[in-house]
Amino acid sequence: MSLKPPPHRERVLASGFGRASASAATTAAVSSPDHLDELIALAATTSGRALARGLGRAYGDAAQCAGGLLLDCRPLDQILEMDPARGVVRVQAGCSLRALLREIVPAGWFLPVTPGTAEVTIGGAIAADVHGKNHHRDGTFSAFVDALVLHTPTGRRNLTATDSPEQFFATVAGMGLTGVISQATVRLAPITTSKMVVETRRGADLEATMEMLERADASHHYSVAWVDGVARGRSLGRSVITLGEHAGVEDLAPPQRTRPLVPARSRSLPVPPLLPRLITAPLISAFNEAYFRRAPRRAKREVLDYPPYFYPLDALSDWNRLYGRRGFLQYQYVVPDERADVVRLVFERLIAAGQHPSLVVLKRFGPAGAAPLSFPRPGWTVAIDLAAGTENLAETLDRLDELVAAANGRVYFAKDGRLRPELVAAMYPELGRWQTTRNELDPEGLFVSDLARRLKLVAWEP
Amino acid sequence: MNDATGMPASAVVLGGDSELAAAVLAKLAKRRLERVVLAGRNEQGLARRCSELSALGVGQVNAVHFDATDHQRHDALASEIASELGDIDLVVMATGALERRGIDELTSAEVAQSIDTNFTGPAAALLGFARVLRSQGHGTLVVFSSLAAVRVRRANFVYGSAKAGLDGFCQGLQDELEHAKSGVRLMIVRPGFVHTKMTTGMRPQPLATEADVVADAVVRGLETGAGAVVVPAALGPLSVLMRLVPRPLWRRLPS
Ligand SMILES: Cc1cc2nc3c(=O)[nH]c(=O)nc-3n(C[C@H](O)[C@H](O)[C@H](O)COP(=O)(O)OP(=O)(O)OC[C@H]3O[C@@H](n4cnc5c(N)ncnc54)[C@H](O)[C@@H]3O)c2cc1C
Ligand SMILES: NC(=O)c1ccc[n+]([C@@H]2O[C@H](COP(=O)([O-])OP(=O)(O)OC[C@H]3O[C@@H](n4cnc5c(N)ncnc54)[C@H](OP(=O)(O)O)[C@@H]3O)[C@@H](O)[C@H]2O)c1
Repeated sequence: MSLKPPPHRERVLASGFGRASASAATTAAVSSPDHLDELIALAATTSGRALARGLGRAYGDAAQCAGGLLLDCRPLDQILEMDPARGVVRVQAGCSLRALLREIVPAGWFLPVTPGTAEVTIGGAIAADVHGKNHHRDGTFSAFVDALVLHTPTGRRNLTATDSPEQFFATVAGMGLTGVISQATVRLAPITTSKMVVETRRGADLEATMEMLERADASHHYSVAWVDGVARGRSLGRSVITLGEHAGVEDLAPPQRTRPLVPARSRSLPVPPLLPRLITAPLISAFNEAYFRRAPRRAKREVLDYPPYFYPLDALSDWNRLYGRRGFLQYQYVVPDERADVVRLVFERLIAAGQHPSLVVLKRFGPAGAAPLSFPRPGWTVAIDLAAGTENLAETLDRLDELVAAANGRVYFAKDGRLRPELVAAMYPELGRWQTTRNELDPEGLFVSDLARRLKLVAWEP
Repeated sequence: MNDATGMPASAVVLGGDSELAAAVLAKLAKRRLERVVLAGRNEQGLARRCSELSALGVGQVNAVHFDATDHQRHDALASEIASELGDIDLVVMATGALERRGIDELTSAEVAQSIDTNFTGPAAALLGFARVLRSQGHGTLVVFSSLAAVRVRRANFVYGSAKAGLDGFCQGLQDELEHAKSGVRLMIVRPGFVHTKMTTGMRPQPLATEADVVADAVVRGLETGAGAVVVPAALGPLSVLMRLVPRPLWRRLPS
């Protein structure tokens, strides 16, 4: 993976993690907050459109800006201040969660919320208002952001939830459309060890899986189910459920107790570029069968390092290449508890349409946050990976959108590459309020993404 | 923007009254299509196609004048259409006219005219649109070549050679667009015999097909990201064979 950003401005073909719809833009590496202001001014007078980009882990076109200027924030990677006693860090927006963990874990702190990969920047985590396996307890990332600095064409602003709530919450989950975040102050979560106590068990079918996850709301800090997306009939929704807690010193084997806080060694195997599609239907079925069978029939408790628990996929870098040139999509939706039936319907419809979901994750969400475009709301969320370009996929997902919207659910912008614009207002009823604030922050409409244009999140004039 | 399933929200058809293009747009209208410009010569035909698209729920539909042989106008047309549509997600090049007359029936002017209609004109127009899409940083070009372009036949060597020229032009343009990291895709469509107004009155060739089948194949090609599609699919292997038949035999094939 080429993590080193390009040194100057150059034309790039930018895509999301799914690599299904790339577009060309100019990219400029942001070397400092002052440089960021210069680049914003430059974009305003040249292409007239710009967008912040982090590590490109949004699956669809959220971090693309066709024909515009992509502001590559990765060089803004400094930890500016760390208060090891209170667990508060002030960190630049291009810093990755992985790099931050390396510094905070030895000091006894952890990320308050983390997505399923550590290869995400702080800016990306705030712009998508990411959630983790503890959403039912702790909410989204932004709940732990005390302040952020936002750069817009009209200047820099310090935003906090109390002093500037409209602007703060329009930027949180704002998908980069209010401006560029250069730094944030984040409250961390205390840990006494860097290990996790993980309970693994099988869910025989969807009902059992959902029941166990519901019960885990009260009993566990972290919970998630990996679901076999191709199992049908009585096995539909069979799963491997993992429930986690941060381990205490007493949970560690005696030799480990002397050094309980060990930052992860980061080692990952690379996947070569230009592969044909290797993730095929028979492989998915075989993998799922083996994965399900490998999980213990009775609950098993073990102590793991935090990376294999939170970031199992990071062990293989660029694994998205396994889907070949055409790439893949992730369909992630949430539906309220009253419409838990939709979860089954979605699986059934995908199977009926001949789809082979390669990776499916089911989770519970707790109360929603205050940001108008924040994705999580109470209920069930399912994330489904699907190879792009397969027969019936587009129409099938269109029908699922309708089902989800009718159930007062929504799909996640950070994953989307193909929602229909007509459904956005129904899924995000506070869109209008967000647009008002966004237009105040960026009156000329400089910040725009392919996602925003496709879904008409912002007014668009080329 | 084209979405991750390859579906456009806006489209331009060059040769806007084409039956094949109309069949493609009718399918795209069921997906994401909401803005269309039909560019062509025949005002009445264009007007009818416009109302068909409106009836299918496409919100914004307009017709503009386009003559493929009027090369001076092409670049201006591309930018005019771009500013009208906002963003051009898809350009369909459907201009063409079959020419089956041969050595004794055609004047030199008519030969030049046919080649202009089927090759030079479309190629020149395509380049203007390719530039617009490249500066957008995204977009898809779909070009109707023909099975006749795969190997030029005695029976229609003027049309066939012009299509072969266009086909080769598009292959080169594909490589150029890819090399330049343009974000622009080009898909070549090579139909066999299709029942449309272009072929009315002709004796159907083997594996003759309908516009609807071609449209399905084009939409599927947009979804899969194909560089070229042969329709009907059964002609795919045949198009490979066609290249391999020895000349003496090829020459003798019935027209
Ligand atoms: C394997 C994997 C697992 C994932 N698991 C989860 C999960 O469990 N929960 C979850 O919520 N998400 C998850 N995601 C999605 C990911 O967390 C989000 O898409 C996140 O936004 C990616 O951050 P990034 O730095 O890569 O941002 P990019 O993908 O580069 O950009 C994403 C968006 O953030 C904006 N942005 C980036 N930086 C800034 C900035 N400095 N200022 C303003 N805007 C900015 C961009 O404009 C864009 O709109 C997962 C993704 C992957 C690949
Ligand atoms: N039908 C087939 O069997 C078949 C097979 C292989 C390939 N194709 C190709 O597919 C494309 C579409 O064909 P079709 O079957 O849809 O036929 P069609 O309905 O006749 O469409 C062709 C269109 O091209 C237009 N045109 C011709 N000369 C033009 C010019 N100089 N300037 C602007 N427009 C011009 C025609 O418009 P006017 O009304 O103004 O003439 C007509 O609308 C063509 O390129 C054709 O060669 C067709």
